[in-house]
Amino acid sequence: MTAIIELQAVNKVYKGGFQALDDVNLSIRRGEIFDLLGPNGAGKTTLISAVCGLLNISSGKILVDGLDSRLSYREVRRKLGLVPQELTTDAFETVWNTVSFSRGLFGKKRNPAFIEELLKSLSLWDKKDSKLMMLSGGMKRRVLIAKALSHEPKILFLDEPTAGVDVELRKSMWQLVGDLRDAGVTIILTTHYIEEAEEMADRIGVINGGKLLLVEEKKAIMDKLGSKQLIFDLKSPVPEIPSALDKYSLNLSEDGYQLTYSYEQKKTGSEIPELIRDLQSEAIFFKDLYSRQKSLEDIFVNLVQNS
Amino acid sequence: MNFHSIAAIYKFEMARTWRTIGQSIASPVISTVLYFVVFGSAIGQRIDAIDGVSYGAFIVPGLIMLSVLTQSVSNASFGIYFPRFSGTIYEILSAPISYLEIIAGYVGAAASKSLIVGLIILATAGFFVPLEIKHPLVMLLFLVLTSVTFSLFGFIIGIWADGFEKLQIIPLLIITPLAFLGGSFYSINMLPPFWKALSLANPVVYLISGFRWSFYESSDVSVGLSLLVISIILVACILLIAWIFKTGYRLKP
Repeated sequence: MTAIIELQAVNKVYKGGFQALDDVNLSIRRGEIFDLLGPNGAGKTTLISAVCGLLNISSGKILVDGLDSRLSYREVRRKLGLVPQELTTDAFETVWNTVSFSRGLFGKKRNPAFIEELLKSLSLWDKKDSKLMMLSGGMKRRVLIAKALSHEPKILFLDEPTAGVDVELRKSMWQLVGDLRDAGVTIILTTHYIEEAEEMADRIGVINGGKLLLVEEKKAIMDKLGSKQLIFDLKSPVPEIPSALDKYSLNLSEDGYQLTYSYEQKKTGSEIPELIRDLQSEAIFFKDLYSRQKSLEDIFVNLVQNS
Repeated sequence: MNFHSIAAIYKFEMARTWRTIGQSIASPVISTVLYFVVFGSAIGQRIDAIDGVSYGAFIVPGLIMLSVLTQSVSNASFGIYFPRFSGTIYEILSAPISYLEIIAGYVGAAASKSLIVGLIILATAGFFVPLEIKHPLVMLLFLVLTSVTFSLFGFIIGIWADGFEKLQIIPLLIITPLAFLGGSFYSINMLPPFWKALSLANPVVYLISGFRWSFYESSDVSVGLSLLVISIILVACILLIAWIFKTGYRLKP
């Protein structure tokens, strides 16, 4: 896949000296869903703002579809749609007017049929004449998405799209994002919700302190960094782990009823059968055992803590 | 030129005017008309004519200018400040439009609103005082130049302001006193020499004087000088706005 967005050695240093982006190099592929993960203040919104022209970068270059975002800002911005993190709306405007305004602002001719279709696809049609201040938070979020899509962008930025949104709406947003990707829109989203990244992303970038720590296929991250855990529910509590089991680096729960063994999925060979035999040798009996995959959240926390 | 974008901003701003017509149009018109009633029809009949013009008619250009000045500054400053306050400015800044087009949309709408107010006041004044406009094209030129110039000035205020109080301060504490002391109600030739000289430092004097000349061919300073002063203010505002957009002052971190 060819790159639709390229950041080349992008730096952003604010007046006070705070470095919000630190030599960021990133290539977003055409048609993918790219998820930017990072804690608060990591630089996610700054990165999006830099591409969308909401701030002036200190150095570096941003290319969108091969065009320099500063030199060819008109062509570049026509391709971009942005759904901001904050629910920023004109409280006194109607849904129809504010979405139509966005289309005009981005240089597109009036197209009531398209706006109607868009509002219907976002379940906003019956609210088209409602003032934005009358809408719930979830509805306002959808209006912001409608505004961002009103000029038919090729690239959509979703900055924390499901922040403060209930589970049902969150899932419908995931569905919408999937549909947009199927329609050929490249999607870059930031999120705190790891499950969102696990659910939707093709690739994931982890950012912290303005530095891009990792960019990988979601599956590759899971395979590369994800370890598995084998959990033993014991029949009777164990006061401490016998020294004969030290080589397994087991974790014992506080109540002594659960042992956890962590292992690398690819490296493990005969260790698990050996462990089970050694447990029996030490008269430690279990009534149940199960394994679980380390989540993206665990991976993310590890990466950020180690950065 | 991205005319769709300019039109979108312009229509959006004008829609707010029609939505709040009482505050945007009726209020400044009524408050100015009250001056005509009090100073024109009532008290004005007991005041001598100035430069051969009845007092009621004499104050009309100054009062129109007062309204146009304050409305231009208020409309334009609020127009750009409100998106900054609500956060919707992100959409303007991320749109495929040039700074010139942003200004054309916002300042065009603000100037249109103040022009509408000015023209309604002018039409209304005719009901209360005897009016004549000797140079209607010059009158229109002054009206348009003043609306545009002070809308640009208001745009700057809207960028500079970091609270609603600052939006109010400039029209109330600077523009209105300058208009009152700039010959709205009197000719500065009636002032003692010191106060007359001091008044000449007030740029609004030149606007009102030139505007009044277009009505009655009577002015405190020459029309050419009036046009020069307003042109200087216009250029200064354009340069300042160019700097604002170049540096991203209060718009882009």
